[in-house]
Amino acid sequence: MTNASVLEKPTATAGAAIDCNIDKIYYGKFLAVRDSNIAIEKGKITGFIGPSGCGKSTVLRSLNRMNDLIKGFKLEGNVHFHGQEIYDKGVDPVVVRRHIGMVFQQPNPFSMSIFDNVAFGLKLNRFKGDVEERVQHALTRAALWDEVKDKLKASGLSLSGGQQQRLCIARAVATQPSVLLMDEPCSALDPIATRRVEELMLELKNDYTIALVTHNMQQARRVADITAFFSVDISQGGRTGHLVEVGPTDQIFDAPQEKLTKQYIGGEFS
Amino acid sequence: MAFEASPATPAMAIPSGSDGKPPSLGYNSFEPRALWNLILTLGLWAVAALGATPLLSVLYMLIVKGGARLNGELFTELPPAGFEMGGGIGNAIQGTLVTVAIASLISIPIALFAAIYLAELRPLSRISSVARFLAKVLTGFPSILAGVFVYAAVVLLMGSYSALAGGVALAVLMLPTITLTAEGAMHMVPQRMKDAAIGMGCTNTQVVWSVTLPTALPSIVTGIILAVARVAGESAPLLFTALFSNYWLRNITEPTASLSILIYNFSSMPFDNQIELAWAASLVLVMIVLGFNILSRFIGRPQV
Repeated sequence: MTNASVLEKPTATAGAAIDCNIDKIYYGKFLAVRDSNIAIEKGKITGFIGPSGCGKSTVLRSLNRMNDLIKGFKLEGNVHFHGQEIYDKGVDPVVVRRHIGMVFQQPNPFSMSIFDNVAFGLKLNRFKGDVEERVQHALTRAALWDEVKDKLKASGLSLSGGQQQRLCIARAVATQPSVLLMDEPCSALDPIATRRVEELMLELKNDYTIALVTHNMQQARRVADITAFFSVDISQGGRTGHLVEVGPTDQIFDAPQEKLTKQYIGGEFS
Repeated sequence: MAFEASPATPAMAIPSGSDGKPPSLGYNSFEPRALWNLILTLGLWAVAALGATPLLSVLYMLIVKGGARLNGELFTELPPAGFEMGGGIGNAIQGTLVTVAIASLISIPIALFAAIYLAELRPLSRISSVARFLAKVLTGFPSILAGVFVYAAVVLLMGSYSALAGGVALAVLMLPTITLTAEGAMHMVPQRMKDAAIGMGCTNTQVVWSVTLPTALPSIVTGIILAVARVAGESAPLLFTALFSNYWLRNITEPTASLSILIYNFSSMPFDNQIELAWAASLVLVMIVLGFNILSRFIGRPQV
């Protein structure tokens, strides 16, 4: 892998950026997720919705091997990223994560300046170009530039929660990964900050492929092109999540095929 | 007590205002809780004053008795012989700084690597829990035993007392303190910050070097400075290792003077001049330790 390929602009052609065929995910002996096949399409926002404990975050975090950090994690099935199996023996999870960025539930800027936060990934990838220009571009993309351009040396932790989350998004897009995984990015934000982040996601999808886990059905409806509904079955004492239905957002919300989806969308359980 | 807690009582104790009069909201200083508050506040001040008395009186005595000799000569001259007047403690200050520097050079890297292992690499492994336990035991290790150990391990081996041996003895004392504070500091770095780094595609090494260590650095430096301040005043481990010398230190394989040993030696001499110098040396030592402590408070403050 060369530096150029990491930082290359993703080409927005149709097709699946990530093709995920999960048969089973175990944490130790606990079966957390079963039978979830879903394609994350290029240049689109795919929303994962479902009740708590349905495995939507688990599935998302297995797309860039973040779950490798959890003891006892085991995946049966395969996840293809541009045709390559990311769970293959020769694959370095570190490299996978450089291509598939992540934005977390809690804003988690590093305890360093705003500039250094955004430049972090560039330094990591030994980016040779104009770092300042790239940082400005990323902050502009994250709709944060105007608010922070006069205090780039201030700590990232001095920003408000919503600003911190946009800083994290800027940090993630600075290296121009081809896919962004967002794990409930707005759940710690107030409505105004949420709205800004949502607008941002819509803008980013022109250049990036986004997979978004959200606990908020309306958010999926507002931003997602494709929605995947996960549910959880409580049987044999365990709680195993699985994919129920995936389709265009309008179809999932207006004409769901499965009874479970209809019940969830109708607010019969949450 | 159970009876007082019954729902009927509060209605009597707190005027409800139902009789038409607004409830009184003023501060009544003769109420039992107000009196208790006053008594306990005064008691707290008294205890605080009592606690500060020894420290302040020692400082006062040092300044009165040692302050007289606090001049340029003190820092640049060698200690005087028997009936000589004047002289200074320059070589002891040099010796203390050199031994502490040697101790820091030895202990800080080892302690940092140990802390990284304990906090980041294998926090739950058996070797970590054993190491952590041993470090805790070592923090309470009698300092004279560190001297005896280094006497056997270094002095006998090298064939002479030396500043190097003194530094090794102090390093033994600094090692566990720095290891444990650095481990604690790295442990305090929020997991989500490390997750962010991993999500960016950092290797374990990069997570430690570019996120965990820089974030924990202020607390780590505080721990190091406090450890340095502690060993700077040690005398017992130096007795068997660095010994003493009346001359400037030219080579770290030679014995060296140190402030604490100089105080010990000179305070028991029958000459007024030496006793005055011991007082002045005590003042200098306390100022060095105090300086390190103040420095640690500045560095340990939140940076933002």
